[in-house]
Amino acid sequence: MAVEGEVLARLKERFGDATFRSLGIVRDRVVKVVIDRKDLRAVCAFLKEQLDMEHISCITAVDWRDHYESVYHVTSWKRNCMVQINAWIPHDDPHIDSVVPLWNGANVHEREAYDLMGIVYDGHPNLTRILLPKDFEYFPLRKDFPQEVDRQYVSRRKIGGA
Amino acid sequence: MSGALIDLWGWSHALAQFSLWLGSLPLEAGNWVALQTGAAAPGPLTGLIGFITGEGLTNFVAVIVAINILLLWATLLHLLIVMWIERKMYSRLQDRRGIMLGLGSSDFLRRILGPIPLIGRPFRRPSHLGTGFLQTVADGVKLFQKEVITPTNADKWMFHVAPVMIASSTLFLFVAIPWSDGFWLMGSMDKGVPVNPWGILVILGAFSIAPLGILIAGWASNNKYTLLGGMRAAAQLMSYEIPLVLSIIALVVLSGSLDPFELVRQQSVPLTYALGPFGRVTVPFLPNWYIFNPVLWIAFVVLFITVIAEAERIPFDIPEAEAELVEGWTTEYSGMRFGLVFGFKWLRAIAGAALIAILFLGGWSGPVFATVWAPNLAAPGTLYGIPLLPQEFWFTLKIYVIFVVFVWIGWSVPRIRIDQILNLGWKQLIPLSIFNILLATLARGFGWF
Amino acid sequence: MAEMWINMGPQHPMTHGLWNLRIKVDGETIVDAEPEIGYLHRGYEKIMEVREFQKNVVLTDRLCYVASITWSHCYCLACEAAMDIDVPERAKYLRVVSNELQRIASHLMWLAAYGPDLGLLTALLWALRERELFLDLLQLITGARMNQNYPRIGGVRNDAPPDFDKYCSKVIAHFRNKLKEHEAVFEQSKLFQARTVGVGRLTRAQALDWGVTGPNLRACGASIDLRKLDPYDAYPALSFAPAVEKEGDSYARYKVRVEEMKTSCDLILEALKKLPAGPYRSKPPRRCEGEGFRRTEDSRGEALFYVIGDGDDRPYRVKIRSPVFSNIAAAPIMMRGNKVADVVAIMGSIDVCVGEMDK
Repeated sequence: MAVEGEVLARLKERFGDATFRSLGIVRDRVVKVVIDRKDLRAVCAFLKEQLDMEHISCITAVDWRDHYESVYHVTSWKRNCMVQINAWIPHDDPHIDSVVPLWNGANVHEREAYDLMGIVYDGHPNLTRILLPKDFEYFPLRKDFPQEVDRQYVSRRKIGGA
Repeated sequence: MSGALIDLWGWSHALAQFSLWLGSLPLEAGNWVALQTGAAAPGPLTGLIGFITGEGLTNFVAVIVAINILLLWATLLHLLIVMWIERKMYSRLQDRRGIMLGLGSSDFLRRILGPIPLIGRPFRRPSHLGTGFLQTVADGVKLFQKEVITPTNADKWMFHVAPVMIASSTLFLFVAIPWSDGFWLMGSMDKGVPVNPWGILVILGAFSIAPLGILIAGWASNNKYTLLGGMRAAAQLMSYEIPLVLSIIALVVLSGSLDPFELVRQQSVPLTYALGPFGRVTVPFLPNWYIFNPVLWIAFVVLFITVIAEAERIPFDIPEAEAELVEGWTTEYSGMRFGLVFGFKWLRAIAGAALIAILFLGGWSGPVFATVWAPNLAAPGTLYGIPLLPQEFWFTLKIYVIFVVFVWIGWSVPRIRIDQILNLGWKQLIPLSIFNILLATLARGFGWF
Repeated sequence: MAEMWINMGPQHPMTHGLWNLRIKVDGETIVDAEPEIGYLHRGYEKIMEVREFQKNVVLTDRLCYVASITWSHCYCLACEAAMDIDVPERAKYLRVVSNELQRIASHLMWLAAYGPDLGLLTALLWALRERELFLDLLQLITGARMNQNYPRIGGVRNDAPPDFDKYCSKVIAHFRNKLKEHEAVFEQSKLFQARTVGVGRLTRAQALDWGVTGPNLRACGASIDLRKLDPYDAYPALSFAPAVEKEGDSYARYKVRVEEMKTSCDLILEALKKLPAGPYRSKPPRRCEGEGFRRTEDSRGEALFYVIGDGDDRPYRVKIRSPVFSNIAAAPIMMRGNKVADVVAIMGSIDVCVGEMDK
């Protein structure tokens, strides 16, 4: 059986179908898993310890207007397999467990997700802004932060009343 | 062996006499006027004229003139040429042409001299492809016209004194080094030949003043980086003084003299190896340079490396390491103050190369191919021999060859860390030079070499 | 001297870009380090949400301006994964050729920056001289030397010019010769070895834990190359061996990159030999509903693009994973215990490109 099928089977076996909102194979060697934020720690620990996923490639924060998602891409170099974990976060309470105790590499990625999207990772050793200035007040990647094209250019003449 | 072209004391004396005579002409005229109007003979200004044209003042002014000629020789001639050599050579090492601003780049000269058929050829070439000689002059002028900034919290007195210390000690080096049998400032005549019994000692002492100036410069700039750079420079330079002196001691054991004139005289004869009980062997076509003496080879290598370290060139330029400390201990200096410390790095390298040349490469000795006789202006009626090629030329050639090797090494290797530099100095160069002293003592004791 | 924090940057001659490194020194020894980034943050992910999928290639080029094609290529692969389209064979090979040319140019730029860091200023001019040849080749195939705007979703922008393989062979033969000279200047110099051997050591476990990828990871003894593990485009059909060194110090990282340059030369020649005929571009759909991600082996490590479309002709979310972002996080580990003078040697050997780090 190909490695992605194997990983899928072991996840189903360990957690059962109830934990996952959805579960599937994206393509060769890639498995996608959609969960709620409460199961994040358990799933990540299982992936790291039992399935040798020693490398976290990326942590993405997505703003779906009705909920947030923190998307984790973890890799196993040994098995040559990747798992994409989409963790749903309610929109009014953007907190989620941090995976820094498992992978130190997640440190900077979670800081960036906090910086740009405002999702707070509980348990992170140093959750401060990393890319934007330390005293910046907004979270730019959120959908309610205006895009450049949304801001209109108001000419001086208009402001002046003419 | 070749002869000296410039007789510094003689020319300075003549120049001083001439200028003092010029200065006394108005006084003579005044005296004559006073005599005509009835003053007692001799005129009232005779004493003053006698004082001005007398031996004492002439000697004093001669010293000042000699010092100035030497300084001009150092900066106008050597510094500019050496800067040009370095910049052109490292550019060629890097596969590019390098500085190219020459006289032929001047629009004015191109218009005036270009049309002349033969002499004007250099002024018809593309203006951006010159020799590059004027570039160094242009850089000096640029430094002159920059604003001289003193950091607010810097220790003002020390900040100003440090470059002066470095510059003056380096120029003192130039005064202490003789440049030929006639072109020397420090020494005296003894039975017709110049002697300077403690010359090498004076040179080494003058070498050692600059590290203090560098440390002061680094500290007085009120800047974390320059402090680091200054401390590193002090550590490096002071720890490399020791192998410098020790390797020269090995040579002094064999030569028996600290007199640069004596050392060069010893090296002006054909090469002779003293082989202890087996007598002496003479190799007629090689001169008796100490570099051909196997006992001193270790000392030569140690001296070479040490002079590169003392001149703060790559691979020993961590005090000035651009990668970490921008300009190191010279960061806060601007304008001509920066020009002073920057230019004197090169002058120290030239002085070090001159030291190596005197000690190991025979100084100013070299063959003379012809002598041109010209009327002697100082003593009318006699002739003055102009040797081709004079001793100054040979000395300068040797200095430049050594300098070319410095540049070659410097631009082909990376720089090493300060702890590795100190390691090299204390743990490897000092034992080697001490071993060489032992070798030299044994050789001298048993009559070998 | 007591322990003090020193800022190396943000204005510093040798940090290769605008970022700040704060190091805590005790005398000359480094006790701790803290990189401060974000000076070059341009808001890429937000900007890319208002531009059409294809137009974002112009932006991704400028993420890391030294290795532009690899970034645009990764973005196109991610979009193709999201749109679920196929790329013609010829385009796959052309992408490999342009990627490897860009990789050599990027590594040469790194070498040109690393030499002066250590005091070997001649290396700057020699490496840039060879890089000129590769920029000329890139100009032949893509039309520009930097920020080429060459990969397209569905293929590449244009076909290779005729006789391109002859030019490549000539340049690569010349370059292999010159590379021997460069290696001699670096490796036969005991001073270079004294500056880099044993400096900035990173163990394999630490590297894997902190998410280090690329030549930095391969220098620690892990034979992990995404062109072999997760191959994309024409890499499954090409054979090569990733360059691996065991020591994990700056010298090992240097050797890995030089070895990679040689590997890239072989890959280019092999890909050009196997170049099939056919179209070089297929037309992608205008709108995209769905998500896709793809990771490639950039010159500096694992580059990953995650693109989400919601049915519009612009992306809903684009996430850029930069290898240098994670490599910098591991920098403090490499620096502890070394001297201040080693900082430049270590940072130079990590190969920092601030454009992709700060997005």
